[in-house]
Amino acid sequence: MAMPLESPVTFSNVGKIKWWQRGIFASQTGYVLLALAVLLVIMHFASPYFFTEGNMQNVAKNFSFIAIATLGVTFVIITGGIDLSVGSMMCFSAMITSMVMTELSTPGSPAGALFVHMAADGKTVLANVPGLILLVSILAGLGVALIGGLVNGFCIAVLGLSPFVTTLGMLSIVRGLGYVVSNGRGSFPGGPDADYFYALTSGDILGLPVPFIYLVVLALAMAVVLHHTSFGRHVFALGGNEKAAELTGIPVVRVKIEVYVICALAAGLQGIIISGWLGSAPANMATSYELNVIAAAVIGGANLAGGIGGPLGAIVGCVLLEVIRNGLVLAQVSSYWQQTLVGVIIILAVLVDRIRSRMI
Amino acid sequence: MTSADVTPVLELSGIGKEFGAIRALHGVDMHVLPGEVVGLMGDNGAGKSTLVKIIAGNFRPSHGEIRFAGDAVHFSRPIDARAIGIEVVYQDLALADNLTAAANVFLGRELKRRFGPLALLDHKAMAARALELFGELRSETRPDDLVKQMSGGQRQAVAIARTRLSNARLVMMDEPTAAISVRQVEQVLGLIHRLKEQGVAVMLISHRMPDVFAVCDRVIVMRRGEKRADKPIHQTSPEEVTALITGAKEAA
Repeated sequence: MAMPLESPVTFSNVGKIKWWQRGIFASQTGYVLLALAVLLVIMHFASPYFFTEGNMQNVAKNFSFIAIATLGVTFVIITGGIDLSVGSMMCFSAMITSMVMTELSTPGSPAGALFVHMAADGKTVLANVPGLILLVSILAGLGVALIGGLVNGFCIAVLGLSPFVTTLGMLSIVRGLGYVVSNGRGSFPGGPDADYFYALTSGDILGLPVPFIYLVVLALAMAVVLHHTSFGRHVFALGGNEKAAELTGIPVVRVKIEVYVICALAAGLQGIIISGWLGSAPANMATSYELNVIAAAVIGGANLAGGIGGPLGAIVGCVLLEVIRNGLVLAQVSSYWQQTLVGVIIILAVLVDRIRSRMI
Repeated sequence: MTSADVTPVLELSGIGKEFGAIRALHGVDMHVLPGEVVGLMGDNGAGKSTLVKIIAGNFRPSHGEIRFAGDAVHFSRPIDARAIGIEVVYQDLALADNLTAAANVFLGRELKRRFGPLALLDHKAMAARALELFGELRSETRPDDLVKQMSGGQRQAVAIARTRLSNARLVMMDEPTAAISVRQVEQVLGLIHRLKEQGVAVMLISHRMPDVFAVCDRVIVMRRGEKRADKPIHQTSPEEVTALITGAKEAA
């Protein structure tokens, strides 16, 4: 149906937007990244310990502990939703993972017989297939997160409940379930596969903490999904104008359910990783982490009104929070100040963005 | 054009719609031929929007039948109407502000390239095709600019360019010339002419009498949920249409 052009299009009265006024340079993420760089320089001069290898590893590990969940919640925030249940989901997934692992590793239990046998000395428990218990228990942990995400997505997309209320309810439901299944006690990863579990969650590869490696891989995957697949495009469209998304035939319900599932799975994975580092999954694990996760996403430039956000912003937000926490410790400031400072930074980051968008 | 052997692209018979106790439409019969431009006029609350939404698949009619190219059709969602070749340019344009012009044009039907198991967006092809479409519309719109930063006319061009992607056989335009500059009105009317030349039927919903008389072959006037007039444009006049819209003249 191509129609012949009478003459090529000319742009006589529409100026081209300058490079520094678009892309990352015009985004909150850009400004926060700049602030982070400045902060790093200040830290370098303030404390000789800051840029030591040990401290850098510490920082990388610590921010990785909330950053994977932040990637997940960023998906939800881009669509204009919110997920408050991430903290509880982290705990519940971790708990189920260690409980399943312990249960399957107990010789004589109904499920255990399939997976383990006793060594000849009658004391050591050996796995029938090395790693299988680990795989099954991690899948079980992610499975409960998947169900939680599906329920969130179903209530929000199909029943039309508000994301805030639904996930606030889910926060309580999942935390409660965690107490129910564990009787309020913590659970510990145990059995013959426990060493693999610790290696996969809190080990190092070439000096890099593994959680950090997972984070980088997942962030790259997220960047590709958001900017180079139609799913990602639909996620942004949903946050920009939900009605338009519906009118243009985007499967709005499906996309919404998918983002809540992604978010819950990210939280579940994050919880499992944290429990490996802690060595246990206590019933009060990751309490109120949802606030840190959402704060990191918002500081990094995700807009709670929807339509804006990305993996770089999520990571920058997490790094900024961790550098501040780390800096306060090194500067021997009471760590109680951290929360206050985080609040100030959330407001400042959003304020700077508001001032900038008014100037253009 | 009006010979009896041409199958109308769209034919409505006895369409009615009630919302609770309110009768929004009653007994509307009409047809649109291929390559015909029909103006749909009426005051606010006359039933124009309801009629458009029924044709576009947003609402199901309470009574009556819709035939598209001779076959009876039932739409439960707008996407059903679009699948058979009905495109709508909405008054609020239905654009996502945070995306680029090209992304909006291709929203919901992105071009993809396969990389093994992955289907990734083909940004280049989409931008090139969007630029081509904007060229046809004579609109100075860059495919890579964000819709947020665009003028009313550019946004209109993006919304109209979207309908040109598919082989639509009927394009409905809801007030396409209401919020744009004089020069761009000319462009939009020019586009309607081009659609007509290619045999695409156009329904123009507009308050602007000069636009309707400039491009339409036929004008349909709605009042109080009923069709009050359906006349070839050269057999009527702006004065008569105004009288029909306001009710000074009951029917023609």
